[in-house]
Amino acid sequence: MSAAGADVVIIGGGLHGCSAALHLARAGVRALVVEKNYVGRHASGVNAGGVRTLARNEAEIPLALAALELWHHIGELVDDDCGFESFGQIRVAENAADAAALQQREARLQALGYSHERWIAADELFLRVPALSRHCVGGLIALRDGAALPYRTTAAFRRKAENLGQIFLEGTRVLGIRREGNSWVVDTSAGTLSCRVLVNCAGAWADAICAALGEPVPLEAIGPMMLVTLRMPRFLEPVVLGTGRPLSFKQTAEGTVLIGGGRLSRVDRGLETTELDFRELAASARTVRELFPVMRGAVIHRGWAGIEARMPDEIPVIGPSSTAPDVFHAFGFSAHGFELGPIVGRITAELITTGASALPIAPFSIRRFAGHAPD
Amino acid sequence: MTLASRYDILVIGAGPAGLAAAAESVAMGLRVALVDEQGAPGGQIYRAITTTPVQQRDVLGADYWYGEKLVAAFERSGAGYSPRTTVWAVTREADEFQIGLSCDGGAQLIRARQVILATGAQERPFPIPGWTLPGVMTAGAAQILLKSAGLVPGGTTVLAGSGPLLYLIAAQFTAAGARVECLLDTTPAGRWRDVLRHAPDFVASPYAAKGWSMLRAAQRMMRIVKGVEQISAIGAGKLDGVRFTTGGHTQDIPADLLLLHQGVVPGINLSNAIGCAHHWDAAQACFTPTVDDWGATSIPGITIAGDAAGIAGARSAEARGTLAALHAASALGHLRTAQRDAQAVAPRRELERWNRGRKFVDALYLPAPEFRIPTGDTIVCRCEEVTARQVTETVALGCTGPNQMKSFLRCGMGPCQGRLCGLTITELIAKERGVSPAETGYYRLRFPVKPITLGELAALPQTDSSVDAVVRIKR
Amino acid sequence: MFKRLPDLAAFHPDARALAVTIDGKPFAARAGDTVAATLFAAGLADCRTTPVLGSARGPFCMMGVCFDCLVVIDGQPNQQGCMIPVGEGMRIQRQQGARAVAAAAGPADGMTPEAQP
Repeated sequence: MSAAGADVVIIGGGLHGCSAALHLARAGVRALVVEKNYVGRHASGVNAGGVRTLARNEAEIPLALAALELWHHIGELVDDDCGFESFGQIRVAENAADAAALQQREARLQALGYSHERWIAADELFLRVPALSRHCVGGLIALRDGAALPYRTTAAFRRKAENLGQIFLEGTRVLGIRREGNSWVVDTSAGTLSCRVLVNCAGAWADAICAALGEPVPLEAIGPMMLVTLRMPRFLEPVVLGTGRPLSFKQTAEGTVLIGGGRLSRVDRGLETTELDFRELAASARTVRELFPVMRGAVIHRGWAGIEARMPDEIPVIGPSSTAPDVFHAFGFSAHGFELGPIVGRITAELITTGASALPIAPFSIRRFAGHAPD
Repeated sequence: MTLASRYDILVIGAGPAGLAAAAESVAMGLRVALVDEQGAPGGQIYRAITTTPVQQRDVLGADYWYGEKLVAAFERSGAGYSPRTTVWAVTREADEFQIGLSCDGGAQLIRARQVILATGAQERPFPIPGWTLPGVMTAGAAQILLKSAGLVPGGTTVLAGSGPLLYLIAAQFTAAGARVECLLDTTPAGRWRDVLRHAPDFVASPYAAKGWSMLRAAQRMMRIVKGVEQISAIGAGKLDGVRFTTGGHTQDIPADLLLLHQGVVPGINLSNAIGCAHHWDAAQACFTPTVDDWGATSIPGITIAGDAAGIAGARSAEARGTLAALHAASALGHLRTAQRDAQAVAPRRELERWNRGRKFVDALYLPAPEFRIPTGDTIVCRCEEVTARQVTETVALGCTGPNQMKSFLRCGMGPCQGRLCGLTITELIAKERGVSPAETGYYRLRFPVKPITLGELAALPQTDSSVDAVVRIKR
Repeated sequence: MFKRLPDLAAFHPDARALAVTIDGKPFAARAGDTVAATLFAAGLADCRTTPVLGSARGPFCMMGVCFDCLVVIDGQPNQQGCMIPVGEGMRIQRQQGARAVAAAAGPADGMTPEAQP
């Protein structure tokens, strides 16, 4: 098998790999995506679907805001609305300490020139989230944030990339990479591929590629757990986040309620399985019960976790390899990469086609882990 | 009964396999609890055997009442028993298993070193047009109403499908004085010719005589239509009648109760969610946990007994329950291999006897593809009301497997968690793609395998440490 | 659809009648029956409408597998009628789509979501 003239091989068929393939196609560069399972198998297909600029690490804010513009016109990019709805996201303060922290954050962001997070007092909070327990005192709102359907989104990026001529090899495992002259050779379970440029979008498995390139990274495979209820009548529009305790809470268009927030399952990266920790989920349930009394009798009927990569500083690795030519990374999104998907693919395509990105990506350089010893 | 925090063996399901497994385990001196969803032991085959209001014994028949012996032995054994208890998760916890279960609206986590799943079978999905109408139910459901409540069909009743249970139910209704208007037999015409090679084995089996007498009884008591090729339930908001086709000729008959049966398949939601390996069983057209001849799965410590490990009937299930217990005891170091093997001789002999004739029954009653793989507007996923056409159209969009289909259409994501659509979705995708069901695969199932309320989950104890501390002092 | 075997009372003299209501109407249920069996005994074939298309459904499997027998019991929605024994004084309601859910889950500090604009 040959790469059929592809210039770029992208390892990993998650949202970021699919987005890179799509943006490369738009730039006229042929790419091939190698995916060991099927597109969207892990975190990309089963995350909470939050389209969130709220509560971002400051380094990520420029990217998140640029991505949000793409989300608001996502249909123009991928010919599918991806189930995107913009009802805002709100981070609630449950006490004075939470409120002080959130108001300080608002002030800091304003000083940096950002206005997408705004403090709202209790009366506006309860107007926007009537079902919220009355002990809450206010919150930070990002009005243009929202949520989308993760698997549908990933599938839409893939479909559009494919329609523009990119190739997806599913059920194909990367066994090794090597340099031959000015080319990269990728040995896969379905044969050998050759290309000019390699893109590492391998998510929780991306560190193996980095190690092969001689730039090991301290990546941890995590599985943020989620629960979903049976359908309930509509009682909630915005996505609600916790401040002092982990919670992400949203009601989907069909009425089911999705409970997440970063409590972690046990992960077996080799077997690609996760095992839920019900004591941790019980803690989530307690948070929900306290914040939303309406949920007491809600029926939980499925829990799961999607495997993804977390970096120690909880921001991704984006940009060129520090050791090898013509290799670019986009991984380690640390449980908040979904919203960034549309923009990071564009950044990767820009880096490949022009050598630079208009957005500030220096904080995401792999160089920050230089000196990390492999496990 | 209040469950302890730890057991050597936890048995899930109080049908013949679970009753036998629990009784055998406790006889070996192990700490055992049997948990079961129902209020009384017996499973579905011996459902309500200690409480049934149907005391005229010839109505339910000798094979049903045989279960009394089994329940009595279990009760004498002194094994812990927690009825009305639903297991919603089994996860690994160090070298033990943590079991999440609910009883009387309260959830708790307990631990066991070995888990025996004896969760039985369910009726195979039988997706025909109109099968979601009130007035249409499974034949097994009507049998449960008879056993547990003494309710029998009282109006115009039609039985439809294939398999021995269908005729058994017809016979039981008749014995109870209920009238069945018509039995629509979907066993494909000519199937008998195909299965004759397995016939000698069947004739030598304990099932043969009963089978013939049931058939003869049914033929005397009701109209039987053979070789039925298509069936639809007709009505708006409730069942009004049944339309069926045989020999190319279609007719409508009025009905207010249509009872469907197309055989039974293993209930795999728990074993699948635990992560046990499963395989496609072509002879029974279903996914089955992959087990060895003790019932041991791909996960050490999880053993499956009875129909949950492949359909073989009640008496086989009983023998497999005993074997599973011997295996679990041996895995716990409680029984040497030689002892285990010696004690397995008698149940293995029983198993061989009761497995005789199984190939014939499987081959004869394998439902015709048209009753497993629907078309057009027929609902496939009852919970999310997804039709066969939607599934085939989504395959055409490039959706290759059940898990992707879930994400596209929400099929399998409703409260039944794929129990009533999983096999249909697999076979439908496989047929559309021209690949095997084995390659197509099945839903990845998730805990909780039975719904729990948020309040129940929230009430789980915060940490294990208090529980552990108590246990350590006791040891 | 279903009728009780005529001679049951003779066999089980201690089988009591339980006073329950079904959609507000009184009904004498048989102790030992499940809620779903009680609905059949009351001559009802349907027990709910679906939250997706609003279609009528009735109990289908009677063994806890299909979840078609979901009803509201004593104000709690999504109860599996075939798995729950009927009890004295029980209020059984047929479940209407997803609508019953919040009403039963109770007010959030005095407010039900439906009461909100």
